[in-house]
Amino acid sequence: MFHRFANPARFMAVAAMILPWMTALAAGLLLVGLYFALLASPADYQQGETVRIMYVHVPAAWMALFVYVAMAAASASFLIWRHPLADIFAQAAAPLGAAFTAAALITGSLWGKPMWGTWWVWDARLTSMLILLFLYLGYIALSQAFDNRERGARAAAVLALVGMINVPIIKFSVDWWNTLHQPASVIKMSGPAIDPSMLLPLLLMAAGMKAYFLVVVILRMRARLLSRRVQVLKLLAAET
Amino acid sequence: MDHFLDMGGYAYFVWPAYGVVALLLLVFAVQAWHELRRQQAELTALERLGLGRRRDRQADRQDGSGGHDESEA
Amino acid sequence: MKAKRKRLLFALGGIGLLSLAVALVLSAFEENLVFFFSPSEIAAKAPPASQRIRLGGLVEEGSVQPTGEGLSVQFRVTDGASSLAVRFAGALPDLFREGQGVVAEGRVENGVFIASEVLAKHDENYMPAEVAEALKRSGNWQGGQGAEK
Repeated sequence: MFHRFANPARFMAVAAMILPWMTALAAGLLLVGLYFALLASPADYQQGETVRIMYVHVPAAWMALFVYVAMAAASASFLIWRHPLADIFAQAAAPLGAAFTAAALITGSLWGKPMWGTWWVWDARLTSMLILLFLYLGYIALSQAFDNRERGARAAAVLALVGMINVPIIKFSVDWWNTLHQPASVIKMSGPAIDPSMLLPLLLMAAGMKAYFLVVVILRMRARLLSRRVQVLKLLAAET
Repeated sequence: MDHFLDMGGYAYFVWPAYGVVALLLLVFAVQAWHELRRQQAELTALERLGLGRRRDRQADRQDGSGGHDESEA
Repeated sequence: MKAKRKRLLFALGGIGLLSLAVALVLSAFEENLVFFFSPSEIAAKAPPASQRIRLGGLVEEGSVQPTGEGLSVQFRVTDGASSLAVRFAGALPDLFREGQGVVAEGRVENGVFIASEVLAKHDENYMPAEVAEALKRSGNWQGGQGAEK
């Protein structure tokens, strides 16, 4: 029984400790990343300046997948072991994941119009990414669809697990099917097919977005934990 | 400067892309901060109403002994 | 303990069933998921002229030329083994180059692919222009130029 309450309390303490550092790290990485992405990196030999869209598009897409995997893992731990923090994490992360997915779709579209010649195509990569956005939205909707919060949380957690199937489909869609979307450049067997001068801003922005996610997810989790306490106190006030 | 803003003729695509991402990141960060502040204020107000920390801990203990779905409150 | 075990089994069973369902759906829709066909595939089984399809491949070097009628252009799309003539009237995307990948949508009429839309496909290589030049000069060029080999 005890660990259930010790855990959130310990989490609050650790989170409060690392939050300022993580905030500074996120801001620093994003600022330096932005400098390299917009100023101190060359134009691409084919895409020209539109290559700069990649420095926000690819990190956003990575985060969309990373957050989903983390959310699904937390959902599993919530369903099986009833870990109370796991559910709080998953519900705090879902809107952020949806935002990263939307950002990846919108920036991809802004790149696709001038380069491919179209805002959107129904190829396997773009379609599976759109499905990821729907999964996030479905998760958020489902978690709030029940009067009984616990039931909503459980239903949403099941959806998050089921949706995990979409993750390998997104990752390998460009290899399994003929897609308009290009195959992976950074994470591939033969090493990155991307010049170091372009890899640097990409990795800086990716690290910056990950730190940003940690900051905001901690803020959201703390707010959620506090709101539960507020509810308990209100109930207590009503009783006395 | 004009050259930089022009983005090789792709200004209409590059800048909106950065704008959308910056807007999303800012909105979520500010919203999360405000929500935390709001909950903190509400908790302080409740505690000031006489529902002190000791009471609160007591509530936790009662809550914890209540079986599996106690997080329902 | 028992309840935990049951939940674990439930979760695993659910995942198993769902993967099966998705596998079935994917195999059923495989033909729709193929975004484009290569010139070889079209040569092997010519689609009826009424059927709209997508053709994907590389723009053959030196094949792009105006047809003389307005803005329309003609070029050949190749996959190395086989090639197909494409005619298109409209704005080409910025990435459209000889030796680069394209996906054209349209139908085959008398052995010519009449495209209503041409999209450029980008490869996975990113580098500054100077690096691309240096690679070409040193003979280490590999990116996106499969048709040249």
